[in-house]
Amino acid sequence: MTVFRDLSQHILDIAENGIQAGATVLHIKITEDLSPEQDTLTIAIQDNGRGMDALALARVTDPWFTTRTTRKVGLGIPFFRQTAEMCEGRFEIFSTVGQGTLTQATFRHSHIDRPPLGDVGGTILCLIVGFPDGDVVYCHDVNEKSFMLNTHEIRQVLGDDIPFSDPEVLTFLRQTLEEGEQSLAMH
Amino acid sequence: MKNLEELRNIKERALQRRKLAGEGARARIVVAMGTTGIAAGARDTMTAILAELEKRGIGDVIVTQTGGGGLSTYEPVVQIQIGDSELVTYGNLDATRVPALIESHIINGQPVTDWLVK
Repeated sequence: MTVFRDLSQHILDIAENGIQAGATVLHIKITEDLSPEQDTLTIAIQDNGRGMDALALARVTDPWFTTRTTRKVGLGIPFFRQTAEMCEGRFEIFSTVGQGTLTQATFRHSHIDRPPLGDVGGTILCLIVGFPDGDVVYCHDVNEKSFMLNTHEIRQVLGDDIPFSDPEVLTFLRQTLEEGEQSLAMH
Repeated sequence: MKNLEELRNIKERALQRRKLAGEGARARIVVAMGTTGIAAGARDTMTAILAELEKRGIGDVIVTQTGGGGLSTYEPVVQIQIGDSELVTYGNLDATRVPALIESHIINGQPVTDWLVK
């Protein structure tokens, strides 16, 4: 069962785990290598939250391992793994208690079952606004082209009084993300 | 990164608007962004909320997200609190319902009772 339509929903879901784990910085990196030799799409989400020990890691990776009664951080990680493995990809998760978690999924870019990236700009915007006390560092590479957005720089200019949900700030963020994504699509 | 100079101008204008509007936020909107919420469309709901605030120039509403929510049969779930009043919970709040919700509850202060979770 796959419940998400697109890969950016997975990004949001995994990033949400990091926020719940008390992260103050979220790194999200999408790397697309379209060369025929590589043909990969890699998504890496890193947080500096509480992290997990080996037992907890086994628990979140295997849906049948859990004995929990709540399902807050339940099925998102197994879904992500399943989606990657379905697309001749691989899935890795590394976590250190007190340091954070890195979740990385690689897909064969041209695989027929690979979900589209979807509305990645809108997804990052939701993350930025919904995570006002933390920094989001977003990076998207397509071959040698690169787009990066670091909300730490934006927060430094805006100060503490102006939220990311201010309408003009929303316009700024939305346009920055749209233009950044468009610049990657041009050949 | 777009021009940081432009961002400084945005900040000045936003500060002016805040002075005119007075202290405090008019309302708080919370979107449940757990796995089941995202699967049901919570990301698109939140994107639509942000688009409405942007389009209507609403600057005194705080938008946040929570993990889970525990109401998976009603997802997407959105909660709204006007000022200090009670937090009310909407269920099955997909993106198409957002413009009417913002118009009624945020602009006119009238909850859309048909969409509330009882």
